[in-house]
Amino acid sequence: MAGQADEAFVEFDRVQKSYDGVTLVVKDLNLAMPKGEFLTMLGPSGSGKTTCLMMLAGFETATNGEIRLGGEEINDIPPHRRGIGMVFQNYALFPHMTVNENLSFPLEVRGMGKDEREAKVKRALDMVQMGEFGNRRPAQLSGGQQQRIALARALVFDPELVLMDEPLGALDKQLREHMQYEIKHLHENLGITVVYVTHDQSEALTMSDRVAVFNDGVIQQLATPSDLYERPENSFVAQFIGENNKLAGKVRSVDGETVTVELPGGATCRALAVNVGEPGSETLVSIRPERVIIGAAEDANSAEARVEELIYLGDHIRCRLNVYGNDEFIVKLPNSGIASQGLSVGESTTISWKTEDARALDPL
Amino acid sequence: MNDTAPSPQAAEAALTTADGRPLAVALAEAQSRARRRAFLLVLPLLAFVLITFVAPIGQLLYRSFYNPAFSDNMPALVQWFKENPAGTEPDEGAFAALASDLKGLRANKTAGIVGTRINYDLPGSRSLFTKSARKSKKLEPPYREALLAIDEDWADPLLWRVMRTASSPWTASFYLAALDRSRDAEGNIIRVPEERQVYIKLFVRTLLLSALITLTTLVLGFPVAYLLATLPLRHSNLLMIFVLLPFWTSLLVRTTSWIVLLQSQGVINDILVALGLIGEDGRIQMIYNQTGTIVAMTHILLPFMILPLYSVMRPIDPSYVRAARSLGASSWTAFRRIYLPQTVPGIAAGALLVFILAVGYYITPALVGGSTGQLISNLIAFHMQKSLNWSLAAALAALLLGGVLILYWLYDRLIGIDNLKLG
Repeated sequence: MAGQADEAFVEFDRVQKSYDGVTLVVKDLNLAMPKGEFLTMLGPSGSGKTTCLMMLAGFETATNGEIRLGGEEINDIPPHRRGIGMVFQNYALFPHMTVNENLSFPLEVRGMGKDEREAKVKRALDMVQMGEFGNRRPAQLSGGQQQRIALARALVFDPELVLMDEPLGALDKQLREHMQYEIKHLHENLGITVVYVTHDQSEALTMSDRVAVFNDGVIQQLATPSDLYERPENSFVAQFIGENNKLAGKVRSVDGETVTVELPGGATCRALAVNVGEPGSETLVSIRPERVIIGAAEDANSAEARVEELIYLGDHIRCRLNVYGNDEFIVKLPNSGIASQGLSVGESTTISWKTEDARALDPL
Repeated sequence: MNDTAPSPQAAEAALTTADGRPLAVALAEAQSRARRRAFLLVLPLLAFVLITFVAPIGQLLYRSFYNPAFSDNMPALVQWFKENPAGTEPDEGAFAALASDLKGLRANKTAGIVGTRINYDLPGSRSLFTKSARKSKKLEPPYREALLAIDEDWADPLLWRVMRTASSPWTASFYLAALDRSRDAEGNIIRVPEERQVYIKLFVRTLLLSALITLTTLVLGFPVAYLLATLPLRHSNLLMIFVLLPFWTSLLVRTTSWIVLLQSQGVINDILVALGLIGEDGRIQMIYNQTGTIVAMTHILLPFMILPLYSVMRPIDPSYVRAARSLGASSWTAFRRIYLPQTVPGIAAGALLVFILAVGYYITPALVGGSTGQLISNLIAFHMQKSLNWSLAAALAALLLGGVLILYWLYDRLIGIDNLKLG
């Protein structure tokens, strides 16, 4: 097994999927993940992420391309022979069975003996701290408890790959955050490979080794959470992950790593040339709100801004500004005890940001 | 643990409203207005059901064990039976009472009624009464000889035994008859002769055919209900219309169209002959026998199976079967262990509905059943309309009702009535 560590464990090779023969839901998907990775497919609804998961699980067939698991093509292998554990959005706990019977089911269909089954069920229940609930029915459990049982059931037969389809979507915020850590720890302790589907970006950033951002049937970017946030490669990713200020403009000149962008009103700013075309083409400059400071700074871009709104949020103050006609420009001011750094609504001020914090991306 | 916890009764008793009334009393008072209003809302229907349904059925069932035809019209003989214990040889006094009653029958023109009543238990005795009543004017003592002169049968001990039984309006003899039993001269319950045993055979046939029809509707209806429940709503609505279509067509039309299809000169036989699968003289008899009853009733009762099944299947999330598949179950195992158990309330409701409807079905077997496809309800109708033996019809109906109630009870024990889902 150690020898395979570098090889792709799960692999999508030029996979396409169409339901109606007219439009493609998944367009040319290429994805390889090593054993033991926690990969999240993140994207808005209808972006094709769940379809990908279902193709991997075997509930949808790929219209074109190959899906490989452990080096073998699994396109024609029925779901029950793939040995993939799956956690469903609504948990799909069998309502006519007790928790023990639910967990015992995958072991029974594998023809495992009674003693071994009981031992495994008990171990799996203990793993999710639900050891005392074995004789309950799913309907007698709370949402969070059902979630744990669903997790235990997907893990009880020791699959190497576990798929999770928005498993925390139905839980309240606090429980969801708690379960995120539990799933993350289970993944670390058991060394399993996880493919996780969600539309919640904070969930994706918290749990994953790598995140694949889906939109319109295409992976927009596949990167670690920090890369995704710090170095988005296109405007969709910058927009979808975290908060983002964008300034529309035209490329004036490209020199090496950086680009000079002409903003409306004639001002210019410098940004990293990430995803721009020839001089004269449209571009969007993306700057994270926490990377902008109020006031002028050495060796940085600066701009005139008018304060539109100040919102007190406890740990920081959210300041909405009008910058070059864009009145959705957000700056986060840390609450350091000094009252909102003396700003008031309607006042004009100067803001500045470093060139390497501004990324010139494709126009939306 | 029970020792330390306060008992629930004590806790309840302690609860009172702010002004000191017990909580339960206050709650009942607060709700009584709403309850009265609810009762008034159902009152019209309740009255309707009581007057038009419960009362007539009760009246009819009452007839199955209460028949005053003999006791009302033969007062003297009833008196004699009362004074002399069972087993007493009919003496001159008995014949004198009989003669006086026969005169009464003649005067009131009720000999037929009494004769019919005795005829139920002792076939062929109706004419004995009508003939003797007609000639009763000339009867003179000694009555025994005089009556025996009219007909030797008056000496038959079985006749006297039957008349003694009939002298009380309360009788179990219709139930005995409905179970192919009667009493001999000594009063022992015996089976009636082979050629007159019809009812038990018919009860058994009714139950077997109903069970078979229930099974065929289940086998045919399950896949349709599954399709209805899993197709996209757009398509399933159209399919649902096809399922409901029979409800918009007259029962008579549907049954007669089966006659058109199945009869020996009918569409199916014609096609088979045209295809050369059977010869002209080998036409298959598919109607006016049990086959006809089974085919037509299966078709007619199919929606009653499909609809409860559908209503149970529709909300079953497809992810259950997917989960089972991902956990390693083949599609057959996933169906058997996961899907099927969740449809049990629908199967139970559909089966119960179809079975109970089938057990009491009347018009279809009457039209397409021939002689071998008749059900018990056809015989009940026969006794209601043709033989006018309402008491026997009532006894048969009561037995049928009792049987269905027992099945219902069994169902409750095995599956649980609260598991029933009709829609």
